[in-house]
Amino acid sequence: MSTAIELIGITKRFPGVIANDNINFSVEEGEIHAICGENGAGKSTLMKILYGMQPADEGVMKVNGVEVDFSSPTDAIAAGIGMVHQHFMLADQFSVIENVILGSEPTTVGGILDFDTAKTHLAEVGDAYGLTIDPDDFVSELEVGERQRVEIIKVLYRGANILILDEPTAVLVPQEVEALFDNLRELKAAGSTIIFIDHKLQEVLEISDRITIIRRGKSITTVNAADVTAGDLAELMVGEELPSPETTESTVTDVVALEVQNITVLDEYGRPVVHDVSFKIHQGEVLGIAGIEGNGQGELVDAIVGMERPLSGSVYLGGLDVSLKSVRQRRDEGFGYVPKDRHEAGLLLVAPLWENAALGHQTKPPFAKGWWIDRKGSHQRTDEIRERFDVRSPNADVAAHALSGGNQQKLIIGRELIGDPKVIILAHPTRGIDVGAQAAVWNEIRSARAAGQASLLISADLDELIGLSDRIVVMFHGKLVAELDPAEITPRLLGSYMTGAALQGGAQ
Amino acid sequence: MNTSWTRRLVLALAAPVSAFVFAFLLSSIVLILSSYNPIAAYSEMINNAVKLESIIDMLNEATPLYISGVAAAIGFRMNLFNIGVEGQYQLAAFAAAVIGAKVVLPNGLHMLFVMGVAMIVGGLYSGLAGLLKVTRGVNEVISTIMLNSVATLGIIAGLFPRFLEEKADGAVGLGTTPLAETAWIPNLNGVVQIFTRDIVKGRKLTGILVVAIVVGILYHLFINRSRLGFDVRATGMNPLAAKVGGVPSKKMILLAMGLSGVVAGLVGLPDLLSKSHSYDQGFTKLRGFAGIAVALLGRNHPGGMVGAALLFAFLNTSSGVLQISKTASSEIVTIMQGIILLAAVVAYQMVAQVRQREEIKAASEATGANA
Repeated sequence: MSTAIELIGITKRFPGVIANDNINFSVEEGEIHAICGENGAGKSTLMKILYGMQPADEGVMKVNGVEVDFSSPTDAIAAGIGMVHQHFMLADQFSVIENVILGSEPTTVGGILDFDTAKTHLAEVGDAYGLTIDPDDFVSELEVGERQRVEIIKVLYRGANILILDEPTAVLVPQEVEALFDNLRELKAAGSTIIFIDHKLQEVLEISDRITIIRRGKSITTVNAADVTAGDLAELMVGEELPSPETTESTVTDVVALEVQNITVLDEYGRPVVHDVSFKIHQGEVLGIAGIEGNGQGELVDAIVGMERPLSGSVYLGGLDVSLKSVRQRRDEGFGYVPKDRHEAGLLLVAPLWENAALGHQTKPPFAKGWWIDRKGSHQRTDEIRERFDVRSPNADVAAHALSGGNQQKLIIGRELIGDPKVIILAHPTRGIDVGAQAAVWNEIRSARAAGQASLLISADLDELIGLSDRIVVMFHGKLVAELDPAEITPRLLGSYMTGAALQGGAQ
Repeated sequence: MNTSWTRRLVLALAAPVSAFVFAFLLSSIVLILSSYNPIAAYSEMINNAVKLESIIDMLNEATPLYISGVAAAIGFRMNLFNIGVEGQYQLAAFAAAVIGAKVVLPNGLHMLFVMGVAMIVGGLYSGLAGLLKVTRGVNEVISTIMLNSVATLGIIAGLFPRFLEEKADGAVGLGTTPLAETAWIPNLNGVVQIFTRDIVKGRKLTGILVVAIVVGILYHLFINRSRLGFDVRATGMNPLAAKVGGVPSKKMILLAMGLSGVVAGLVGLPDLLSKSHSYDQGFTKLRGFAGIAVALLGRNHPGGMVGAALLFAFLNTSSGVLQISKTASSEIVTIMQGIILLAAVVAYQMVAQVRQREEIKAASEATGANA
């Protein structure tokens, strides 16, 4: 077997972040090769480099042994690389065949579309790879799994023999996943090379031949799928060399700060993504939610802070029913919230730091005076946050985008903690920040706990979860499936709960 | 600190100035190609512009352009593209002309009543687009464009013939019944003449100028100083972060659309309160679209839009002079406006990139010094 793709020392930097740091691995021809890592580990950047959407700053990429330098996806397609995006790029009102030829339409003399040639070619591709689909069906009438098949066919139609699939199972139900895997095996049998990006460990183990682990922008290792367990993978993904986030003696009281009762949330297709979830958090307690991403944690948090209304269930904040209250009312009652993606949901990147510090508190002093924004008070409070939370920045008037990721995160943590909320919800509070900032954030979480605040911590970093939490619940397929004592659990065991392995095996 | 302040000012002015210079050069080429002398044309424009009467014309022209710019800018600050100022102000002016002519009120109060009707009608009409967006998810660009047609080609065209003035001799006028003098806004000639000579040639400086100044100040206070304005800007910069920060997005859409329409309602008032005093065939149209250009060129900034409105007014009032003096075709003015706008958009983008780079550098230096 020869090497289909080889990456040597691929490095990609963004202002303040190294997204890919000396990535090395190779993909053999005809294998299914998974790239595994937490969100934010650098998978998507790597994929964009592979597909020519972004150039690497350093490093060499070889396709079939030849060094390549892609300046756009067109180059990648010419080299036989095709990509199936997580979010489908299909025109709903077009038929399958129209979608497949879109952008590379065969024409007869005079620029007339040649559907006969297209259909013949499509049938050849379908036969060769065992993919069947009616070319005249409208995409709008297809199931999710069928749409994905159209995406795959589209790529094959253009002559790709190396396929990159970006989290292809994220949108599928289990039966559709099975069908996809059957298709992938057929593709492999027909000689295609498949790069499969995912973080669902069981799936990765089931479908791939080899697995490369990416952690914090680095390629950690490449293993044979046959030689490892889901627990091994979880450990490799999370790593164990991080500074310890241990907390000291318990500060848990018996006063309930947050109570969540029977929350159920449906997704856009009407399937429950959060299924009858209930829990309590006491003052001075940190409750950790463990789970592989996409098991309903995000939707649960949205329901708790009031971003989306759940199908059913109630939220009590310090005994007060806030189920029908708006985000602003809940914040005013004492919620703090650190969203999981600081750029997407946490910051006004083009606005100055003081306006970012005011966001969420713009209704109250010192940020507001009656109906007006108190600019002086806001600046003073922002300076306080910069000082106390060590937000390294020239002044309070610099735009948020100028700060490094760690300092942006410290600003958000400061903004949410400085008002002494009753309950703070922390979604991946240290994701994508450097070790120093991470330790600072952990310190703040600990002192908030000591001060009697109740925290809900969601994290993919298992050491962080185990180290900071007083209790850990595991979320799997929208349900809380286990409650664990962090003092007695290892990342490995937690990982097996998260993948459902411990439940299926009946362990514990 | 002083140097960084001047540097910021230079950066702020760099874009509009370079856009203007670029437009100047390109327009010269167009003039030369159409065998006119650019220097003669420009000097004609400038010679005309420094006359007191031309300045009055310019201010009269700039006043509604500025108000229209503010109306568009309120939406833009929230990434809401209210393309419907055109329909909103025409409908508002029509309704205010019809209703205002039917009531009898004391001096001054009548004028405020007409303004109030115009603002309410403008606000309700744009609020319709907001309501469609909030309840049915209709994109406001589509709905406001269509509502423009509904207002001008539908409602006004349909109702206009029914509200034509009936004269004493039984004849029918060309417009709605003129407003009584109690609804007229006093002109500002007296104020100007304190500082200069008498204004001749029948020119009158519209009193709506004062309204425009008040609108500008209120816009600044609302957007930059009030809590609601903060919510508007936050939503414009990052809707999701604003929502996480407790900003009620649907209410904000209704508020921004509504306010935009309220201000749009004032755009037609110079005709109504200080010119023809009725909605007639000659009612000035297309100011809503011009307002979008003013907001773009003035970067939605209360002061920046003053400059943009004056510049557009200067070009508009120059077109007649060029025509009469035969120094250039009057269309050159439209070409210049287009070039300035395009060049400004490009220049602003370039300056924004320079500014961003400098900020990142400054921030990393500060971090390095502290570390």
